[in-house]
Amino acid sequence: MDNLKVVGKKIPKIDAPLKATGAALYIQDVKIPGMLHGKILYSQYPHARIIKLDTSKAEKLPGVRAVVTAKDMPPNFRIGIMKDNPPLKSGKVLSIRDEIAAVAATTPEIAEEALSLIEVEYEELPGIFDPLEAMKEGAMLIHEEAKSNILKMPWRLICGDVEKAKQESAYIVEDTFSTQWVTHCCLGTSGCVAHFDMHNNLTMYSNTQIPSLAQNDFVEALNAFGLKNRRVRIIQAVIGGGFGSKLDTYAYEYIAILLALKTRKPVKIIFTREEEFFATSPRQCTITKISHGCDKDGRLTFRDVEMVLDNGAYTSWGATTPSVMMLPISSLYKVPNVRYIAKCVYTNNTYCQAMRGYGNPQATFAIESSLDQLAEKAGIDPLELRRINANEPGEITPQRFKITSCGMKECIEEVYKRLNWKEKRGKDNGRGVGMASLIHVGGGARVYKSDGCGTIIKMDDFGKVDVFTGASDIGQGSDTVIAQIVAEVIGIPIEDVNVINNDTDICPWDVGVHASRTTFVAGNAALGAARKIREQILEAAGKILDEDPADLDIKDGMVFSTKNKEKSTPLGKALRKIHYTLGGKMLMAEYFYDPANENFDKEFKGNLSVSYAYGAHGVEVEVDRETGKVKILNYVAAHDVGKAINPLLLEGQIYGGGLQGIGYALGEKMVYQNGRLMNGNFLDYKIPTAKDVPPIQPVIVETDEKDGPFGAKGIGEPGLVPTAPAIANAIYDAIGVRIKDLPITPEKILAALKAKDK
Amino acid sequence: MKKEITFNLNNEETTVEVDPKWTLLYLLREVLNLTGTKEGCGYGECGACTVIIDGKAVNSCIFPVLEAEGKNIITIEGLAKDGQMHPLQKAFIEKGAVQCGFCTPGMIMSAKALLDEKKNPTDEDIKEAIEGNLCRCTGYVMIIDAIKSVAAGR
Repeated sequence: MDNLKVVGKKIPKIDAPLKATGAALYIQDVKIPGMLHGKILYSQYPHARIIKLDTSKAEKLPGVRAVVTAKDMPPNFRIGIMKDNPPLKSGKVLSIRDEIAAVAATTPEIAEEALSLIEVEYEELPGIFDPLEAMKEGAMLIHEEAKSNILKMPWRLICGDVEKAKQESAYIVEDTFSTQWVTHCCLGTSGCVAHFDMHNNLTMYSNTQIPSLAQNDFVEALNAFGLKNRRVRIIQAVIGGGFGSKLDTYAYEYIAILLALKTRKPVKIIFTREEEFFATSPRQCTITKISHGCDKDGRLTFRDVEMVLDNGAYTSWGATTPSVMMLPISSLYKVPNVRYIAKCVYTNNTYCQAMRGYGNPQATFAIESSLDQLAEKAGIDPLELRRINANEPGEITPQRFKITSCGMKECIEEVYKRLNWKEKRGKDNGRGVGMASLIHVGGGARVYKSDGCGTIIKMDDFGKVDVFTGASDIGQGSDTVIAQIVAEVIGIPIEDVNVINNDTDICPWDVGVHASRTTFVAGNAALGAARKIREQILEAAGKILDEDPADLDIKDGMVFSTKNKEKSTPLGKALRKIHYTLGGKMLMAEYFYDPANENFDKEFKGNLSVSYAYGAHGVEVEVDRETGKVKILNYVAAHDVGKAINPLLLEGQIYGGGLQGIGYALGEKMVYQNGRLMNGNFLDYKIPTAKDVPPIQPVIVETDEKDGPFGAKGIGEPGLVPTAPAIANAIYDAIGVRIKDLPITPEKILAALKAKDK
Repeated sequence: MKKEITFNLNNEETTVEVDPKWTLLYLLREVLNLTGTKEGCGYGECGACTVIIDGKAVNSCIFPVLEAEGKNIITIEGLAKDGQMHPLQKAFIEKGAVQCGFCTPGMIMSAKALLDEKKNPTDEDIKEAIEGNLCRCTGYVMIIDAIKSVAAGR
């Protein structure tokens, strides 16, 4: 490990020069000759019956090439994991983002004008906007064909005997916590270009995070259109932010496909910022009732959680976030008895999707807030309570997670030390400290039948390498991490590695950039392929140099004998000798890595990930009792990452995740009133700016994960998981009030202070 | 009715016919194919479209195109000289200030306008200068570091 030349180094992101010079092409920048522009007409009401839909005037507008409605879509074609979402709606609309019609025209402006010429008459219907109302017996059904508004997804995890543990606990707390809708706010909005060739094969320019799964979705769609056995090629433009927003395929993409098919032209749809706010799928809001118990020494005895999630009108991956919430609920700290029951409920609100952390931040907010309440009741310092119960290597958790490397205790100690916890805690002077920990998947997550990633490596005649990986880069730096791993294994400078990661015609399959899995899974795939190509190089060079391949090594692009330093050849020269000869060959290698993790069984148990990421965040805040404003004085973010392949990019994930978490904790909220988004713009929905950056210290704790590439684990999501409860706990220490519903606004703090003083 | 305007764009006199309804951003991206300048919101709130006009950082998405007449305009494409990147571009790359990169061109233009105006900006100056440039990936820390390093290195 000590001799690493590329891995473990602060290496700048390899696509940064393209981006910093404005040369990187995002989906907004893709232009194809003859391309048309698509625009979508959305419902004016969150719940209504469409009485009349007349597109005739729009069709006549010069420049309009096609107008489509539900009748142009294949009947019964539905998208979403429950197949409950027709890409164009007819009959009834169920949410304000329901797509009713779409236009393709020669310019975006003409398309927009055409939308205004489409005549729609609605009969407005009363809606249900509160999941608790929607759950009631006899509530109006959002989907008439369903028997209940509660999704048929019975999330239920039972470990041990919670009722018995309640009897035996020395201290018990119970409370309810809630979280809000927040949205990704990718700076680059959603978009695509759909393009058919003469054989009806589809090329989709996309910014998806799941090229292989999207390919599968679009093949299915083409089948539904009657285009059997067609090819679908996904080409990803440079992706202007992901954060989970692009883990599904969306109505607009199918609409672009339909318009392209109708017009026989490439059709581009780019969301406006307004659409990006109301027509993409946010993080789901939750209502969580949680109860915790411990014995007289502070050892946790049980955790009991009931949760309601507002699913919105249709079903995307948001509905499956309880599967990841189970992870902290069952396994954050040692807790022998666990019960978790979650219900996702249809409403006439916007439907939800994945967002960085995939449910973990919501669950961890409830768990870590509740733990502070328990510590207070038991008379134990909250950090001490976490030390007592901290996870350890070798543990098998109640949900059957096999904990391999685990630096949770080290992370807690970093917080203790760097926050000066002992000095700062419990001063009751308007300043306070708080902390929270996290567990997340760090070695893939077996959500699908495969959690794999493929890599192909091809050597050229000059000693340079092309690496074809299925793993997408959404800005996090997987391109660079993969290049580092390949460069390290082969023994060449990173400049000699070219990573191709954006085209399903040439890149192997990958399940997607989700679950903080890319460094681990794609990294292991790259490692496997690089080892194979290195073997081939040494084998061939052995013949050229007349040496045993076992005695050869490669450094800085030179192949040399470790026994006889005289014997060496530049890698490129060796490759050319291997190539340009009778019976010569080009060196290529492939590797498919699928981690040895498990799908959950019927009881939602099983070792979801090969390894688990840990961390602890500690915060010092100052709260102004007059204004309710919270100022973060110090923020410590300690993360167990296995091995830092690239500390520069890693710290970037911690800073970026941390600030997103601070936005989630202290300000961001999508305000929906009766199904309508009231603040769908950057003026009213404020994401943190440069002025909101607190003093933040990223702390990297290395634990050397045995199954990780060079010992690494995932870090993409963890940075924002414990932020909100750490801040809430610090505020409680500062002023003695606990805010239980996010975001923690000055108004809520003032109201809580007022209530406390009464 | 189209109208002809002349201005200096990235050090070159440029004359072009424009529709008075256009924004400067539209002209840059859709007509002149200078797609390095990004549109993140279209209403002057995210800063992705920032260009420098007569020394000031401006949101080109709300800048009426006719007002470009006679101005001196620099876009991200105008920063590199003789194939050498501007020190700010190099610093952004080396300090890890670039993730998804969509905000990067606008961010760099705001930073340039600041450094052209102030020799030794404070942290507060830097934060003030890029407050209107939203970034969702980096948490701004490395962006601020990058700008500071350029200021310190002059």
